[in-house]
Amino acid sequence: MFQVHVRTRINGDDTEFSCEADETLLDALRDRVGLTGAKEGCGTGDCGACSVLVDGRLVCACLMLGAEAEGRDIETVEGMATGAKLHPLQQKFLDHAALQCGVCTPGFLVAAKSLLERNDNPTEEEVRYWLAGNLCRCTGYDKIVRAVLDTAADMRKASKPKPAKATAKKASAKRRVSA
Amino acid sequence: MNVQPDNKSMKRDFDIVGKRTARPDGIDKVTGRARFGADMSMPGMLWGLVLRSPHAHAKIKRIDTSAAEKLNGVHAIVTSKDFGPCDDSLLDIRENVMAREKALYDGHAVAAVAAVSKSVARQALKLIKVDYQVLPHVTDVDEAMKPDAPVINDKLFTKGLDKTPKKPSNIAERFEFGHGDVEKGFAEADLVIERTFRTAATHQGYIEPHACVASMGADGRGEMWVCTQGHFMVRNTCAGLLGIDVSNLRVTASEIGGGFGGKTTVFIEPVALALSLKANRPVKMVMSREEVLRATGPTSSSSIDVKIGMKKDGTITAGDATLRYQGGAFPGSAVPYGAMACFAPYDLKNVRAIGWDVITNRPKQAAYRAPGAPMGAYAIESVIDELCRELKLDPIDVRLKNASSDGSKASYGPNFGVIGLKATLEAAKNHPHWKAKLGKNQGRGVACGFWFNFGGETSVSLNVNVDGTVGLSVGTPDIGGSRASIGNMAAEELGIAYDKVRCIIADTASLGYNDVTDGSRVTFASGMAAIQAARDAIVKLCERAAKIWGIPADAVVWEKGHARPASPNAGKHEPLSLADIAAQAGATGGPIAGHCEINAEGAGVSFATHMVDTEVDPETGYVKIVRYTVFQDAGKAVHPSYVEGQFQGGAVQGIGWALNEEYIYGKDGRLQNPGFLDYRIPVCSDLPMIDTVIVEVPNPGHPYGVRGVGETSIVPPLAAISNSVSDAAGVRMTRLPMSPPNVLKALGRI
Repeated sequence: MFQVHVRTRINGDDTEFSCEADETLLDALRDRVGLTGAKEGCGTGDCGACSVLVDGRLVCACLMLGAEAEGRDIETVEGMATGAKLHPLQQKFLDHAALQCGVCTPGFLVAAKSLLERNDNPTEEEVRYWLAGNLCRCTGYDKIVRAVLDTAADMRKASKPKPAKATAKKASAKRRVSA
Repeated sequence: MNVQPDNKSMKRDFDIVGKRTARPDGIDKVTGRARFGADMSMPGMLWGLVLRSPHAHAKIKRIDTSAAEKLNGVHAIVTSKDFGPCDDSLLDIRENVMAREKALYDGHAVAAVAAVSKSVARQALKLIKVDYQVLPHVTDVDEAMKPDAPVINDKLFTKGLDKTPKKPSNIAERFEFGHGDVEKGFAEADLVIERTFRTAATHQGYIEPHACVASMGADGRGEMWVCTQGHFMVRNTCAGLLGIDVSNLRVTASEIGGGFGGKTTVFIEPVALALSLKANRPVKMVMSREEVLRATGPTSSSSIDVKIGMKKDGTITAGDATLRYQGGAFPGSAVPYGAMACFAPYDLKNVRAIGWDVITNRPKQAAYRAPGAPMGAYAIESVIDELCRELKLDPIDVRLKNASSDGSKASYGPNFGVIGLKATLEAAKNHPHWKAKLGKNQGRGVACGFWFNFGGETSVSLNVNVDGTVGLSVGTPDIGGSRASIGNMAAEELGIAYDKVRCIIADTASLGYNDVTDGSRVTFASGMAAIQAARDAIVKLCERAAKIWGIPADAVVWEKGHARPASPNAGKHEPLSLADIAAQAGATGGPIAGHCEINAEGAGVSFATHMVDTEVDPETGYVKIVRYTVFQDAGKAVHPSYVEGQFQGGAVQGIGWALNEEYIYGKDGRLQNPGFLDYRIPVCSDLPMIDTVIVEVPNPGHPYGVRGVGETSIVPPLAAISNSVSDAAGVRMTRLPMSPPNVLKALGRI
């Protein structure tokens, strides 16, 4: 099938790939670029296992075409850690045993990172609604929610001497876009 | 919170077991490096796709693959003709992975292609022409049992009856368990309640669809990469279906993205291997979510009659149940387990459970976490709850009064050993949740559940490395942290630090046979084998120390990770650590390793009590889970975080089953909701935190007292939630799921 040449930036690296015109960004990332961290759990935008950030917006990579990545800035789970240093969310997921099988974990991490970038002081309810687009069948979500809340608390402590309450932005429950 | 009843026989102090150690696969799983089923590629690899029947029941008159074969880029097409003779035990699997004379359910595989890309494979599927003759179908269990129902398999004659019937039917087998005289028992009761319950089929719902890469070479040797609960099972089954020597097929288990029983069999794996055999190239196959829902194992739907008699003081005088489970198009539903497990929590004089295994035009059911038990428990625990309510008795006290305890004769035959049901009920009774106030439209429910747990064939190798680290190879795929648990046990036994042990899942060529990861068996059986392999290695380590010291081997003991002289008579020698001995292995006799090959016996049965508060919206019928607490006996919690995780995960799968999940078939026999949008599993915003109480009544059958914990947690939720909703709504609920329309119907509002 006809292929499209795409120039994009992935986890800070300028990247080029060719993909079929109707190929999803998820397939392009996994099969063309070799980044298999984002997973396909449904292919219909219902499970969030393929969550990535496109120009800072949280997107299901299965709902976007690879060709639409042209000129965009894409972040995947592979870009979260800095060298060997884990992102605080990654460390907290391990500390809280917030994963069992781990296949949903990349999507949860990317989605949670996106939440904390917008709201560093979310309530439990805000965390639960923000993550409602990510399915986990193993954990019952308990330890995932605790890991995200604990990360937020630590990040606030690290970044601000005063309580963050006054400046915290409220998260919108509506957040998924098929770019 | 941790409850530890006194049990002097198994008292043991642990250094590492019981610690929340870091899992060896953790960093790979949070950084995206972990390789799951679909994450593998091989040089020269083709993509395989399956063509599936759109009909619930149809004769396959002809399959024309000629146009597809001509499409450029297509390298192989297989149909049932490519699966030749096999052992009788594999016939149903052979027919399920590729339909033969008939398509038996919507989604049944009828052909498969391998092509250079997914898009070419998709085009090829469209070019395959299948000539179907559509036949009458049946998808409901009670309908399928009627004498005039369409007969799905004309060679199926009901087993387990006094006389084998002359006519074929959809009833595969009848089972009966129990003891005493139920009619006598009912005559002694002050109140007898009889009810009929129905549950919908639900899917395991693992987030990772089935995926594999198969590569069969011209030399007749093959390798496979598979997401599975048992790569030895995949090897043996695929070899058997395609006539390959078992030793010529090497299977590696990928990281597995959930299974819950659904990955204890094969679907696309033999198909990928057949395509690879034909194309002489590696073939990768990955199921879509729609394929997972239409064609892999959901659990049974069921219809259950229950009659229980009780005295005014709460004594249960008799229990009688008839369970009807449809298991899809092939015999083998989990109804015998349901019938065995449903009354197991109670020490009854008069008890009977009859099970009917029924086939329908649905996908072949697969194991789902305590297969068959949740539906039976739902029905029995609901009637017990109603009896308590009518007789104004406390539901925990009544359960304590009738609870099975050490030595009780189980409803399914044997006598129990040391069990922890009463300890879970006591923990529930003493928990603040039990006394907490309920709000408007809220109700509370409790229920108990039982699961057998399993041991099984297990093989473990433990290699002592030159630097004093240890490589631990196990053969049971790790779905929820078992590498950490097994590492805990090996380190404990050896007396070395946890981070000196690296536990991996070895491939089928590197280790003896292992049964699949099922039956809550891994921490129990692979753990037991790891302990025994460590003891085997310790014997050898002591022999080496003896050699170094020039004393007899029986004059050396192993304590806290060191070889020491057993007594002053053995001479004065500085203790040698495992690392000290390992460093000299070459000079003292070569590599040091421990092994264990067992068919693990002594699995300890497990019980749980669940407590849940719900709130029912009388306007919409929506049920909200307000509070949930799990009380379960773990025997010994080797890694408490993952024990809690099993409790929470099982409870939430049960919440989905109770409130929302349902296979919906249309009149045409096609599945109407094959996607996560319409088959909606619980999401984060549906739930509260799930509290857990780990009860530890050690299992005498395991060196550290371990019982399995994976499955029991899904047994009580259906009943506990139904009892809670019945309390909140003031109406007895008898049908799952308790979705808003079903709740409104029960409330008489629609």
